[in-house]
Amino acid sequence: MATSIKILGPGCAKCKTTFEVVKKAVEQSGVQAEITKIEDLEGMMKYNILTTPVVVVNEQIKISGRVPSVDEILKLLN
Amino acid sequence: MFDWLQHFADWLIYAVIGISPQSHLGEALNFFVYDTIKILILLFLITFLMGIVNSYFPIDRIKNFLSRNKLYGGEYLMASTFGAVTPFCSCSSVPLFIGFVKGGIPLGVTFAFLITSPLVNEVAIAIFLGMFGVKATLVYVVSGILLGVISGAVLGKMNLEPLLTDWVRQVWKQAKADQEVFDAEKTTFVQRIPTIIKEAFGIVKSVLVYVLIGIAIGAAMHGYVPEGFFEQYIGKDTWYAVPLAVLLGIPMYANAAGIIPVIQVFVAKGIPIGTSLAFMMAVVGLSIPEATLLKKVMTTKLLLIFFGVVAACIILSGYLFNLIL
Repeated sequence: MATSIKILGPGCAKCKTTFEVVKKAVEQSGVQAEITKIEDLEGMMKYNILTTPVVVVNEQIKISGRVPSVDEILKLLN
Repeated sequence: MFDWLQHFADWLIYAVIGISPQSHLGEALNFFVYDTIKILILLFLITFLMGIVNSYFPIDRIKNFLSRNKLYGGEYLMASTFGAVTPFCSCSSVPLFIGFVKGGIPLGVTFAFLITSPLVNEVAIAIFLGMFGVKATLVYVVSGILLGVISGAVLGKMNLEPLLTDWVRQVWKQAKADQEVFDAEKTTFVQRIPTIIKEAFGIVKSVLVYVLIGIAIGAAMHGYVPEGFFEQYIGKDTWYAVPLAVLLGIPMYANAAGIIPVIQVFVAKGIPIGTSLAFMMAVVGLSIPEATLLKKVMTTKLLLIFFGVVAACIILSGYLFNLIL
């Protein structure tokens, strides 16, 4: 099964950077992953979050409130 | 503490580059070099210290605490203080708002947090310290926190829940105290330091361009605008200066990093400090971009009440600063 990665954030600069970082990490790892951006508030608030950007991997909140590094995402994927 | 830096700026501008200390350009450049280096040093130190504080009080834990404990009014002070300690990001303000509502935290307490968060933060404190010194910084931080407490308490008394947008009202009805255990990071303090330093660098980097622009505008005004220039227009005796400054400041938006260096020049050239601070608080705390974001959770009426109450409190603190500083 492909890993599901969701990036939650209302479209601010930090959220965009996070999306790019995740994309890069997925490419590097070669893991099959489906990356989705969630930008609408109601969709976002289904998760228990307070600060954005948030990275959700297989429905689990992994990173919240900051831009992760590529290495961090690589670790999450393995 | 920063004498060495002034010597360095003097040496660089007057001796190395060879611009006369009497010229406008020399004065402006000297101010720019000195202020930029001083503020960058302070910015890094304060961001680092706040990062340490923050690693002990992450926002999730604060929310759970406020959600579970009844503090008989003390929750306003706590929310406002935490708003000051938590790094502010405007795109997080709406998720944060809903998260608080969801956790059953009263609306007024949520507002207290929301008001203080952009006003008092690590970047504002560092720049304030660099430009106005310790005493004014303390007055600023304390009054920023009180402003959040008072505005929050006033808004809390007004029963504004029916004025939330529909879906947020649904969230509010289903609100319950958070019971989930906060998954604390299992790293020791020493292990966390590299991350904190990295994040401090990140914050400094992200505001750097605003700081530079702010200081450049400040430096240009410092070198070219004559002493007491503004005083002829807005003196301490002009009673309407404070409300006017606030009204002008509300639609504008700049972060604390960009606006404080400009404010410092206002003060140096004769605008009373209370009037300048009120202007700054209005620019940083209330703005059109923020209103657009909050529109998703508040009806227009609530938004107007919110802005009205906060603006009134800013005006009052402006008069107060003019009296005591």
